[in-house]
Formats: sequence, C-alpha cells, structure tokens
Amino acid sequence: MSDLFNLTVTVNGTRYERAIEPRLLLSDFLRHELGLTGTHVGCEHGVCGTCTIMFDGQAVRSCLMFAVQADGHDILTVEGLGTVEELHPLQDAFRDAHALQCAFCTPGFLMTLVPFLEQNPNPTEEEIREAIAGNLCRCTGYQNIVEAVKLAAQRMAT
Amino acid sequence: MTDPQVTEKYVGKRIKRNEDPRLLTGQALFVDDVDLPDMLHAAFLRSDFAHARVQSIDVSAARARPGVVAVFTAEDMGDFWRPGPLIVPPPSKVEGIVFNARTQIPMVKDKIHHIGDPLAVVIAETRYIAEDALEDIFVDYEPLDAVVDLEEALKPDAPLVHDDLGSNLAAHVVQQKGDFEAARGEADVVVKRRIVIDRGAAAALENRGVVADWDPRSQQLTVWDTTQAPIPIRNGIAAMLGLSEHQVRVIAPFIGGGFGPKIMMSQPEEVLVPWAATKLNRPVKWIEDRRENFIGTTQEREQIHDVEMALTRDGRILGVRDVFLHDTGAYDPYGLTVPLNTQSHALGAYDVPNYYTEFKVVFTNKMIVTPVRGAGRPQGIFIIERMLDLAAKELGLDRAEIRRRNFIPPDAFPYSHVVIDQAFAELIFDSGNYEPALDKALAMIGYDQFIKEEQPRLRAEGQCVGLGIVSFVETTGVGPYEGARVTIEASGKVSVVTGVGTQGQGHFTSFAQVAADQLGVDVGEVRVVTGDTAQFHWGTGTFASRGAVVAGNAVNAAASNVRAKVLRLASKVLDAPEEELELENGQVRVADIPEQSISLGELAVLANPLRGAVEPGTEPGLESTDYFGPKTCATAFGVVSMIVEVDPETMLVDIKRLVIAHDCGTVLNPMIVEGQIHGGMSLGIGNSFYEKLAYDENGQLLNASFMDYLLPRSTDMPPQIEIGHLETPSPLNPMGSKGVGEAGAIPVPAAFAQAVEDALVDYNVEILETPLSPNRLFEILQAARQADEP
Repeated sequence: MSDLFNLTVTVNGTRYERAIEPRLLLSDFLRHELGLTGTHVGCEHGVCGTCTIMFDGQAVRSCLMFAVQADGHDILTVEGLGTVEELHPLQDAFRDAHALQCAFCTPGFLMTLVPFLEQNPNPTEEEIREAIAGNLCRCTGYQNIVEAVKLAAQRMAT
Repeated sequence: MTDPQVTEKYVGKRIKRNEDPRLLTGQALFVDDVDLPDMLHAAFLRSDFAHARVQSIDVSAARARPGVVAVFTAEDMGDFWRPGPLIVPPPSKVEGIVFNARTQIPMVKDKIHHIGDPLAVVIAETRYIAEDALEDIFVDYEPLDAVVDLEEALKPDAPLVHDDLGSNLAAHVVQQKGDFEAARGEADVVVKRRIVIDRGAAAALENRGVVADWDPRSQQLTVWDTTQAPIPIRNGIAAMLGLSEHQVRVIAPFIGGGFGPKIMMSQPEEVLVPWAATKLNRPVKWIEDRRENFIGTTQEREQIHDVEMALTRDGRILGVRDVFLHDTGAYDPYGLTVPLNTQSHALGAYDVPNYYTEFKVVFTNKMIVTPVRGAGRPQGIFIIERMLDLAAKELGLDRAEIRRRNFIPPDAFPYSHVVIDQAFAELIFDSGNYEPALDKALAMIGYDQFIKEEQPRLRAEGQCVGLGIVSFVETTGVGPYEGARVTIEASGKVSVVTGVGTQGQGHFTSFAQVAADQLGVDVGEVRVVTGDTAQFHWGTGTFASRGAVVAGNAVNAAASNVRAKVLRLASKVLDAPEEELELENGQVRVADIPEQSISLGELAVLANPLRGAVEPGTEPGLESTDYFGPKTCATAFGVVSMIVEVDPETMLVDIKRLVIAHDCGTVLNPMIVEGQIHGGMSLGIGNSFYEKLAYDENGQLLNASFMDYLLPRSTDMPPQIEIGHLETPSPLNPMGSKGVGEAGAIPVPAAFAQAVEDALVDYNVEILETPLSPNRLFEILQAARQADEP
C-alpha cells in the first residue's frame, strides 16, 4: 500500500481534507471520494471532454489530472453551478433549446462553456463551435448546443 | 388521436423536457453513480489475441495481491459456465435457410475467438487494485492465424473460428420477388458494381456498466445495468441463477446513450457480475473503460455487396439482384436482424417488381456484430441509392428525376415487398407519400438554382462543390409489444410506468404528453417511470425506433382506459351524463356548470374506499394496464440532400448544407424528433467520413481510442441541419406514429458519397464504399488519374 497524501482542496465552495493515493485521478476523487457524481467519465484519455470541470476558473479535463495536483486549489463542478430550483442561465438555455438528450456529456459542456462565456460574452457561431470542439456528443449533433449558447449569451448580457 | 373528445394540448407541441433540470444539475443517477456500502469492483482480463488457444491461465499471483477478494476463470464457474442464449432465432418463414447458431461464452475456456474475449475477472476492494491485479495474471497463449477478411473466411483452407462447425459460414439466406433473370433479359441497361461497407462503433459517451447487489437476508438481487432491455435481462439473470423472476430487479437508470449495443443481452459482464455478487455476498460493480468499449462492445456495418440493377431506357427499375457477405464477428447471438434489415432496405422507397437477394453471414475473429443505430438499413439504402446514381449517369438522367420515376406511388399502400423482414413477417410498407418529400427537399436545398447557377460558378472559380440527394425508408415500430400502467394518485398527480428504458429520447416527456392530453392534466404533473422491472415487468426494450410507437401507444391505450373510468365514476358523483363532462386542469366538470366539478385526486380517493362494499367486477382506483402490439413495421421515409466542398489537395470534405424532408407520421414532440434527426445525422456523417474500425490481418483493432477513432465534433458538422416535416399517419396504431430514432443515420452515407462524387466530377471517380477518409479519397483519386493516363 503506497503512502497516502494529505490533500486539501476546495470544491464548490466547501473545503475538503482527505488522505488519498497519489495515483487517484481527480475525476475519481470528485465522483467517488466526494460523491459528486455530476462529473462524468467518457474516455479517460482526454479526448471526449465529458469530465471537464473548472480548476481555478479554467476548464480542465479531470481525467488527465491526479487529485494530488489539486492540492490547495479551487474547483467548481456542475453541482456548484445551479440547482433544480434555480438553474444557471446557461443550464436554463440548454433546456429551452433542447441541447441535451442523454445528458451524459452535458456537465462537461457546461463547465467548458462557463469560462468561455466569461471571456467571450458575445461569441459568434464559429467561436462557439471552436470552443466546444473539444467536447464530444453522440446524441445531439451539437446544433442545439450552439443555439443554447447563443440564447444564454443573449440572456446573460441583459 | 382518434378520440375526438380529447383536446390536443400537448401532443404535437414542442414541450420542454420534464427530466432536464435533474440532468443539468448533476442530480440524475447513472450506473457508475451507484455507490453501495461494502461494494467491490471488478476488472476483466481481456485477450490481446484475436485467435489463440489458451494452454493455461495462472491467477495465483492475482489472488495473493492485497485488496483482491476473488479471481474467477471459466473453470471456477462450474455449471454456470454456458454459452449465452440465442437472442434472435432465424425466421422460420424463409425457406431453405442455413443458420449455424454460435452464441458468446461468458469467459474463455480453451479458445479465444476475438480480441477482447474475457479470460478472467478480478474482484477487489477498489477498481485500481483490480486493474493492478490483471497484470498479475499469466496466460499461456498459443496464437493461431486469425480470419478477418470475409472472402478469405469462406475459402476452404481458411482458419476456423468455430472448429466444430467445419466452415466459417454462419448463415445463408436467399429471398426473391418476381424473376430477376427475366427482368435482366428485358432491360435496356444493366448496372453492376461491387460496393463495400466497413465497421463502425456506436460509441455512446457512457461506457457499459453493471452493479449487482445480492442481499442474502431478503433473497433479493438488485442489478443496475446500462441496458436498453431491462426486462429480458432480468429474466435471463433469474434463469441463470435459478431465482424466481420476482427475486431479481433490474434497473436501467439514466443511460448515457444506447445506440444499439446496449440491447445486446447476456453479455459476459451481465452474466458474471450478478453471479459474482451472489457468490461473494457483497455488491459488485463493473464499469467499462473506453478501450474495453472498443474491443469488447458490439459493433456493426461490415458487408460486401455484388449488386446488379436492371432498368429501362427511361430509368424505371425492372429488377435488383444483390448478393452480399455480412460479417457477424465471432458469434451470431443476434441472429439475422442486421442482414435482414439490409435486404428490406435495398429497394429503398422504390417500386421494384423483381428482386433477388442473397446473403451469407460469415464468422470472423472480430468482435460480435449486433445492431448499431440503423441496424443494417444504412447499408441497404447505400446500395440502392448508389446504384440509382450510377444508372442515372449511364442513362443521362437527372438524379432527382430518376428517383421520382421509381417511387412507390401513394395509392399503392400498403405495399408488399414479399420478402420476410426482421420481424419475421412479410415486408409491407404501411403508408407513404414520397414525391412531396422529394419536392420539399429539392426546394429546401435550392436544387435547380444550385445545379444551374451556383455550382458552375463555383467550379469556374476552382472550387470542388457537389450536391447529393437521396431518398430513404426506415422500418420502425417493430413488435412484439410493450405495456404501460397509468394511475391517477390521491394527490391528483398521474403516474405512467412502462417497461422500456430511456437513453435520452425524452420518454419522460413524450409519454407524459400523451397521458396529459388524455386526462386533462398539466404535463408537469405526470411522472413517468421507465426501465425498472420492479415497477413493470412485461415487454422487450428500446431499440429499432420503436419506443414512441409501441410504448407510446400502450401509454395512450392505458391512459384512455383511465379516462373512461374517470368519466364513468364522475358521471355518478356529479350526477351528469358522461357526454356533458370535461377533463381540464386536473378537474372533471360539467360543461356548462363549472361549479359542478371534482378534482381527479378526490375522484381517485373515492375510487379506492377504505370502508364499505364494492360492486363485483370493479377494479380499485383510477388505474389501467394496457398493451400495444403492432401487426407489422410502420415505415417512415424521407429525402436528404447535402452540398459539400472537397479540397482536392487535403482531401478534407466540408459539408456546407444539409437538409432533410422527413415523415414519421404523427409527431408527439417536434423538438424531440428534431433532436433525434440531428443526432442520427451526426452518426451518419461519422459513418460517411470519420469513423472506421480498423482491424489488421491479425484481428487487432488498431484504433481503439478516441484519438484514432474519430467521432464528428461540433466543427465537423454543417452550420445548420434544416428539417422539413411531413406527416403521413400510420394506419397501424391509434396515434398514427412512426419511429424516428434511426432516420438521421440511414441516408447520410449515400448522400455524402453522391455529393463527393459530384464534387469530383472532373476526376471521374466512382464512390463505391463507405466510410471514406482523406486517405481513401486520395487513393481513389490517384487510381482514377492512373486509369485516365494513356
């Protein structure tokens, strides 16, 4: 049994302290140690983007990080974005535009788009497609996701 | 809807989905989210060879690793080791069928049949330790020559996938309509080609998974499974473990995409994980990783066709002869569903009087083939549409015109193609009106303007632009049946329960819409449960574009029965004739006297008294269970058109425009239908240009990851998929619906091939394969250049 590492990390505003194996992936830490199962795992080789979370405000693939690399850092997952009673405007726009079907990839898209919209509050269609080119979706064909982002950008501007 | 009293407030409207808030906020349960106390984790050792004998498996070191609770091989299974059931038998109605059933085994005993074949399963305290322990297992392999190529596999000296069979022939089927030979004799032109289609994966974003929890105190087994067919899975597990069906509960919670492979049953992991849980008396979880998904989850599409089309001078098809090889991989548990679908679709939407169709199914040392979105239909449509294109060129006819001339006319329905289809019935198209779909698609793409003005102009500027336009049909809504139970609860909320599962198609909303209209309640007050065998245990599953048609009609029937009960009881309670009653906003009231009303909830309480006597023959409450089974498939159809630009140096293809004129009968929720078309088309684009499972001559899968197996991304899709709806109701079900789940995937490769060929008209190429890729296009162009050289 390898030596455990004492990790301290803030997730969705809550500070956690855990003793974990150095090789534990950040995705597995969030899902199984902390029980935050909203972040999903699609490939574990960094291509599909399903596991995307916000790490110190940036979109990051959690399957390509070890949890120990998050020591002292600040993470936002989909659970921290909105609630069933009060959806984030981006989540609301996704629903209105039918931008989710099975929704397995959706949290990854949301966490990619939140920092994107912060930096690009008025994106063109091309910019949106580029921004989500690192997220795979098998159900929607992406069209309604692009519409949802346009809708959200409009609403968040007002 | 047939009932004129039912106001259509929801059916046919773009209703936002009930299930979305939970899905959007990470509050929806998927199989890997299940976390039980004391849970163990499984990892499978999978074969690195496609074909090999196993001399020995030594798991002693794995068993000794700290944290490993058990390691099982085939030997440890004892009597439980047996090949899986034949899920789909061959159709008995077809004469002279040869069918050799070979079903998959849970773990390898002495011979490996395909890469990814499971050799052992490790159960450990964590997934990490389980995967570590896989490295401790020593397997003594004796590699054998693999058989991979379909034609090589049928040669007499080919290595045998199944030694006891004596050949690699899994099946041989011949079907006919009319007399093709006579037709060929009468024809003015005969077009003959070989067309090749290659394998693709479903690649749902969620990999497969099973969690099994055996409680010895209550003698109950609960299984969470990423399956599209929870009820048959339950029955299979109960039978295998010698349990009563009611001791086993299978839950298909939210599923991250199905697309076909998750309908495959008795997969090794579905057998072994529940079995391990009962042996160890602790919950066991197995979650597939992406590489396992590529090598261990079923796939589809590979066929080689030698096809002939006989036509008159003015482009009327007299007959089609299609002889093809179909790859089933190492086993054939799913019977002939896929190649039968190909046969059913190789005449497309056309009136063809003579048809000879023959296929041989071939065993190879590759992963098992079972349906992937389209399920053999894309191949059939690819064949007929390509042949028509080539015929049009030879005859100097416009490609839209040649299609128009051959459509089944609207007064010819129901139209029989005579051959037997995958539902074991005569292939009959129920209803259709094809020309308006063609006209609509031509208008949407701006056909005349593009061909006459835009394309010549762009070509003069040096751009290789091309247009493709193809028609398609899709058999949907296949039986046998589904069921639903609708209940009005004391709160006034409505519960709808059905046995099918949901993988993103919006059943929680579309079925709610159907019930809400029947009962006059708000669609948000209807709670739908799918995929839980403890709540509904009769039915088959979600596949073949049948959910809305079959389960939807069962919901409609049950809700309609409840409506009748409501009216009967309310008539007594409100002392008014049934014809004067209205159901609206959760109330029943007398039409002209709105104060004379009662809420559905109060009525439900009255229907279930705690005291007093009830009349004989009364059923308690306001509830009904009903079933729907269609006689034959409902045939959806449409026309797809696209405009592409090919870069003749990089061989990259850009889809500029993509339109579809689509008819799936009565539409329950246009938003959901459009979403299905978008998704199907993205898979179709994948099957056209990006996706190909590359097996080498040793049966090794060379691209078992998303780095090398390319799914279309947002930047690979056209800027807009334009959809035109038409509605030709189906006479086969009360709602008039047809399915739509696979519609997008079916016609796209044919349209893409035609468009690319058109774009490269100066190079005089013929596209007789799918998928293409930049490399393949380059090779095709080179070959054409060399052929042209003097």
